[in-house]
Amino acid sequence: MSTPVAADVLSASPPATARLRPVARWRRRLEAFGASRPAAVGLAIVLVWIVLAVLAPAIAPYAPNASDLTALAHPTPSRAHWLGTDHLGRDLLSRILWGARPVLVIAPLAVLGAAALGSLLGLTAGYYGRWIGAVITRACDIVLSFPVIILYMIILAHFGSSAWNIIGVLTLTKAPIIARIVRGMTLDLREREYVAAAKMRGESALYIMLVEILPNARGPLIVDMCLRTGYNVIIIGVLGFLGIGLPPPDPDWGGMVKDTYGMMMVWPHMALFPCAAISSLVVGFNLLAVGLRELGLRD
Amino acid sequence: MARFFAKHLAFLLLTLLVVSFLVFTLNEFSPGAVARKMLGAYATQEQVDLLTKQMGLDRPLLVRYVDYLRAAASGDLGYSLRFKLPVKDVIVAHLANTAVLAAIAFACIVPLSMVLGVAAGMREGSRLDRAILILSTVVASIPEFALGVFLVSIFVVWLHWLPGTATLRAGGGWSVASQLVLPVAVIVLFDAGYVVSMIRASMVEVMQRPYIRTAVLKGLSFRRVIVRHAVRNAMLTPITVIMLQINYLVAGVVVVETVFAYPGFGRMMLEAALFKDIALIEAGALVAVFLAVTTNILGDLAYIVLDPRIRV
Repeated sequence: MSTPVAADVLSASPPATARLRPVARWRRRLEAFGASRPAAVGLAIVLVWIVLAVLAPAIAPYAPNASDLTALAHPTPSRAHWLGTDHLGRDLLSRILWGARPVLVIAPLAVLGAAALGSLLGLTAGYYGRWIGAVITRACDIVLSFPVIILYMIILAHFGSSAWNIIGVLTLTKAPIIARIVRGMTLDLREREYVAAAKMRGESALYIMLVEILPNARGPLIVDMCLRTGYNVIIIGVLGFLGIGLPPPDPDWGGMVKDTYGMMMVWPHMALFPCAAISSLVVGFNLLAVGLRELGLRD
Repeated sequence: MARFFAKHLAFLLLTLLVVSFLVFTLNEFSPGAVARKMLGAYATQEQVDLLTKQMGLDRPLLVRYVDYLRAAASGDLGYSLRFKLPVKDVIVAHLANTAVLAAIAFACIVPLSMVLGVAAGMREGSRLDRAILILSTVVASIPEFALGVFLVSIFVVWLHWLPGTATLRAGGGWSVASQLVLPVAVIVLFDAGYVVSMIRASMVEVMQRPYIRTAVLKGLSFRRVIVRHAVRNAMLTPITVIMLQINYLVAGVVVVETVFAYPGFGRMMLEAALFKDIALIEAGALVAVFLAVTTNILGDLAYIVLDPRIRV
């Protein structure tokens, strides 16, 4: 990553980006990542985890649920089990690698769901204003005023926990935040000339919202989606830790901590390694968000 | 001011109604659910039907809901199956425990994050700013249960300085005060990271305002500019965020309470949800929402008090 060059280009003529051809623009953006150390580090961490998750079937030394009973006597890290095994003799390294897969699917999917639903609500509320806007805003306020973790407990304990249910509750509870952001921007953007021009052309309201307004609101939205993904990773871990996350026995980082936390005094490594895994992934997403925000400010 | 209160009070009532109705419907929509829970899995369908009729649970949902509201308004929140006590007593006891935890944590979070946030934001881009920004981002990224595991490994397993559980019963040679150290530490670390970054962002914005430049050009000392001119204005936006933390501290500390076996409100709700203790879930949800909305209102009030330009 050519940090000094990219930084120079950025600070010298930031508005020039807008006039470049699409390909060149994307290349410039990619280079710009080097200009923000947090963005580069965050992106690297996230990419490493994605690669590990994709390759898990190939590189994990053991099957995630296979237990090695001979290892039970000495579950600490050894040559056969690099990170040791858990209380059932299952290889921790393999379980951590496999455990990255559900997290990296559920968290982004839930963010996409929330972004889609939230943008739609926010656009509608901001574009129409009046009573539709008021109703949507109030409804969002009500969801936001609820302590979400309690909502998750009630809903997931009631309907049972599965990947789809988790995606569902995450989508529903995160959409109002996105709706609020999008509504704020729509209120501003709908007064612009290009919206007036589109209205004159006789475009439908839906077209104006999706094609004229939404693309211009994407900047803050992307930063926020990145942050949300990190939060979602935390929540998936927390749900697992509380015993209302992804059902066992397939590896889930939070669930792994829950199962082995009681043995902290004897074998702390069983809980420590999954904790390190989840923390590093969230740090990656949040650094990426911090970096993206910095880059956005400089643009 | 009267309009401010009327508006917020109406929203509070609306929220309570909506939430209580949703939770009530979720739990009691199927008529036999409550009786089945009370009698257990081995009761015959006949027994369940009988009890359902006896308790009047076969009436329409709306009728039962209105009944429930009437009872709740007169202070009768039902009986907790899980704790074998009236719901009100269970909630009061657990809420008091959580309030202790939350109050200590809050008393640490506010000054700590103010100092760090102002120090970071007063010179944007300085080495101190970068260090605080990265550190707070990293700390706020670690899930609470992971923070708990890390701290327990260091201070309990390795150094033997502190107890690993906080059951609030003095025993095993650990005082109640020493039991509180780790739970409070986890909450403060997790939460302060977020508040610091909010205060920092606000401070950065304020430092670019013309009145700060004026103050500097007048020849005031940097210290005076920060303390007298910047901080008060920089605290305006984050005050809402800080007040929202109270909400998080009361209801969201379920993870910390679970990690340290702390008998608080969050863990009570988790137990109620897992045990399907319907009366307790319903009342607990109401209490949680009530607290959330009132802290929201308090946040708005604090905003008004701090900012003389806003008068309602």
